[in-house]
Amino acid sequence: MSDINTIIKPENIIYKKTDVLSENELHYCPGCSHGTVHKLIAEVIEEMGIQDKTIGIAPVGCSVLAYNYLEIDWQEAAHGRAPALATAVKRLMPENYVFSYQGDGDLAAIGTAETIHACNRGENIVMVFINNGIYGMTGGQMAPTTLPGMPASTCPAGRDVSHDGAPIKISEILAQLPGTCYVTRQAVHTAANVRKTKKALKKAFENQAANKGTSLVEVVSTCSSGWKMTPTKANEWMEENMFPYYPLGDIKDE
Amino acid sequence: MAKAKGAIVVDTARCKGCGVCTTACPTKVIELAAEVNGKGYHYAYMANPDACIGCSNCGIVCPDTCITVYRAKAGATA
Repeated sequence: MSDINTIIKPENIIYKKTDVLSENELHYCPGCSHGTVHKLIAEVIEEMGIQDKTIGIAPVGCSVLAYNYLEIDWQEAAHGRAPALATAVKRLMPENYVFSYQGDGDLAAIGTAETIHACNRGENIVMVFINNGIYGMTGGQMAPTTLPGMPASTCPAGRDVSHDGAPIKISEILAQLPGTCYVTRQAVHTAANVRKTKKALKKAFENQAANKGTSLVEVVSTCSSGWKMTPTKANEWMEENMFPYYPLGDIKDE
Repeated sequence: MAKAKGAIVVDTARCKGCGVCTTACPTKVIELAAEVNGKGYHYAYMANPDACIGCSNCGIVCPDTCITVYRAKAGATA
C-alpha cells in the first residue's frame, strides 16, 4: 500500500472533477447517464473557456434540476419549450453560447413542435438530447421513443406497434432539415463512448461559435430505475436492444 | 508482484455504488465494498490496487464524478 501512497500526490492527478461542476451531489439514481453528460458538458465548457458566457436551458424531466450542477447561467423552460427559450436567449444575446438540455419526453414528445421548428429555422444553438426510451421521472411510462416490445409501466406487455405506432427517430427527422448543421447519436456507457460524446459536444459548441446553425447531440441512455435493472445490466440491455434501433454515429455533419 | 502505476481515490460519501466503474476497469482493480456509506450504498474501492495502470476509465464513466485518478510519471516509482 505504501506504493499507492507514493502515487497519490497532486502532481500525479490525471483525472478529477472539473470546477465547472458544482459541489452539489447529483439527485439522479445510481448509474444514471445524466450525470456523465452533465460532466462532459462541464468539461467542454472548461476546455473552451466559456464558463462566463454559456447559458443553459433546463428542461422538465429528471434533469429539471440541471441548474444545480453546472456553475453557469441557466434558464428553466416550460415542458418541451427549451428550444423556443434557447431561440430567444440566443437571439437577444448572440455573443453567448446557448444550449438546451432535454430528455426524450421533453424534446421528442411534448416539445416536438418547438424542436422541429427551432431546427428548421437553423437557430444557432446546441441541443443535447438524452434518449432513454422511457418517461423516467414520472414512473417509467411509455414514451414516443420506447422500443417495440419494450415493457413500460403503461404497456407492461411491451409496446405494441400496431396500437402505439413505431418509436420516433427524432434525430433522423431533424437531420433532414436544412437548418441543422450537425446531428449525431452517441452513448456514455463505456469510456470510449464517453470520449466520443465529449468530442461531439465540443464540435457542437464550436459550430455555434462559427454560426453554422443548430447542432443536435443525441445520447442514447439508460434508465435503470425505469427499466428495473441494475446500472450495469441496463448498459448491457442498451447495447443489445437500443443500439440496433438507434445506431450510434454522425447522421449529419456539414 | 506487479508494480502499481496508478491509483484512484473514491469520494465514498458521494459514491452511489452503481458499479459502472467496475466494468469499465480493464484490470479489475475496483470492487464494491461490503460496507455501505451514509446513503446506504456499497461504495467502490480499490480491491486490487497493485493492478491499477492509471488509465482513468473509471473516472471518465463515473456518473457522479467521485473518482480522482492518479498516475505515476515514468520512472517515478521505480
